Amino acid sequence: MAVIHEVASGMGGIRTAGDLVARVQMSKAMKIKEAKKYVAEKLGVSVIDLSDSYLMKELREELDIGHVQVRDRASYGIEAKFNISKVLDIKINSVENFKRKVKMI
Amino acid sequence: MSKFFTRMGDGSAVFLSEAEIRRDLEEGMLDAADRGKIPELTDDEMERLYQIITDPQKTVSIERGNEVVMTFDAGTLKLPVRAGLPVDRMTTVLTHERVLCSDTMEIGNADYSYKQLKNIVHEEAASMEFTQLNCIIPVFYGAMPNLGLYTKPDGPVDNWSELLPMAKIGEARAAQEEAIEMAVKDMVYIASILYEAGADGINFDTVGASGDGDFLATLKAIEILKSKYPDMAIEVGMAGEFVLGMHGQLEYDGTRLAGLYPHEQVKVVEKAGGTIFGAVINTNSSKSLPWNLARAVTFSKACSEASNIPVHVNAGMGVGGIPLTNTSPTDATSRVSKSLIEIGKADGL
Repeated sequence: MAVIHEVASGMGGIRTAGDLVARVQMSKAMKIKEAKKYVAEKLGVSVIDLSDSYLMKELREELDIGHVQVRDRASYGIEAKFNISKVLDIKINSVENFKRKVKMI
Repeated sequence: MSKFFTRMGDGSAVFLSEAEIRRDLEEGMLDAADRGKIPELTDDEMERLYQIITDPQKTVSIERGNEVVMTFDAGTLKLPVRAGLPVDRMTTVLTHERVLCSDTMEIGNADYSYKQLKNIVHEEAASMEFTQLNCIIPVFYGAMPNLGLYTKPDGPVDNWSELLPMAKIGEARAAQEEAIEMAVKDMVYIASILYEAGADGINFDTVGASGDGDFLATLKAIEILKSKYPDMAIEVGMAGEFVLGMHGQLEYDGTRLAGLYPHEQVKVVEKAGGTIFGAVINTNSSKSLPWNLARAVTFSKACSEASNIPVHVNAGMGVGGIPLTNTSPTDATSRVSKSLIEIGKADGL
């Protein structure tokens, strides 16, 4: 079921900018159009580009915010979320927890 | 006369003529408008629905640029529990992230009710911490308020479902009021620990399953959690399209909860501090897909237009126009997906 919804109408998670738009919806309670506009502005791309897996692969690798393919020296997991937090200018709960645990804050 | 292939609400195949499809679309839409006292769909929207239903393609999709994000209930129950895959929950989250490319995921326990989690909450929190170190997508922790679990013999409170048939109305109401306070305490306790373990959000799922008391307990828990953790994302996914009045007199901030439909439910969720609202529209398995879809889209549009927070319409088996079957046909699912977003104005599913 999830696969069909994803094919029919989904943004595509970390293949594109789906996780980023979801994060903004969650942290700012924004409707979909506003959340996409916010992310597009932060990434410096158009709203249409957010669901383009070709363009977003390049951009995600450049910003080091994680992608479906795990490459050596690329950020993964919590490392990628540190970068997402900075790029989107939002607080990510697990990132703040990590900072507290390693005495960064 | 030529007929079009479509589905019944139980997922079975059916061939309907243009007149039959248009009649079912009209009747489904009018049923929603009448029950919810909400606006009817426009002629253009009804024509679009007809085109979507009769599209010869097996799988249809939204137009480029209209993509939305997805959230899940019972997130980590789908692969290891329901599908029987021998994988743990972190692997499930990473499979959704890196293979299925889900936008979000949810960790939940097989016994998916907040009351049941008290003895294992610290192990749940450790699972959340490990998962958060390894995943990139936002991960909710979710469970159900499930007020019924507070009744005897599972819980300490008298069972209102037994009291009501005996006409013990006052006793049934008192039992629900007692259960509400217990449920609020449990939900706040569990959600606090999981949020402090790094959850990106808390999902209250199947809210209202035990009626208006179930809904009120959730709203009260949200209020407390948002005052403790202002940044916490909270999703509220409903159990049905209509809040059952098991108590009948419960109110939230002056609004009587019994009898609320999605466009009214979302307003109290918003007032309590909810971040995402999961609207539910029930599927009638003996009616056709056109009937159910037109009805779901009418409710969805009214809900989304009334809401200031994102609305993720529940579109799993038996809700949102999706046929009531564990293996919903892809032709039906994709038509529901497209219609809820492009006509129903959903912000996500």
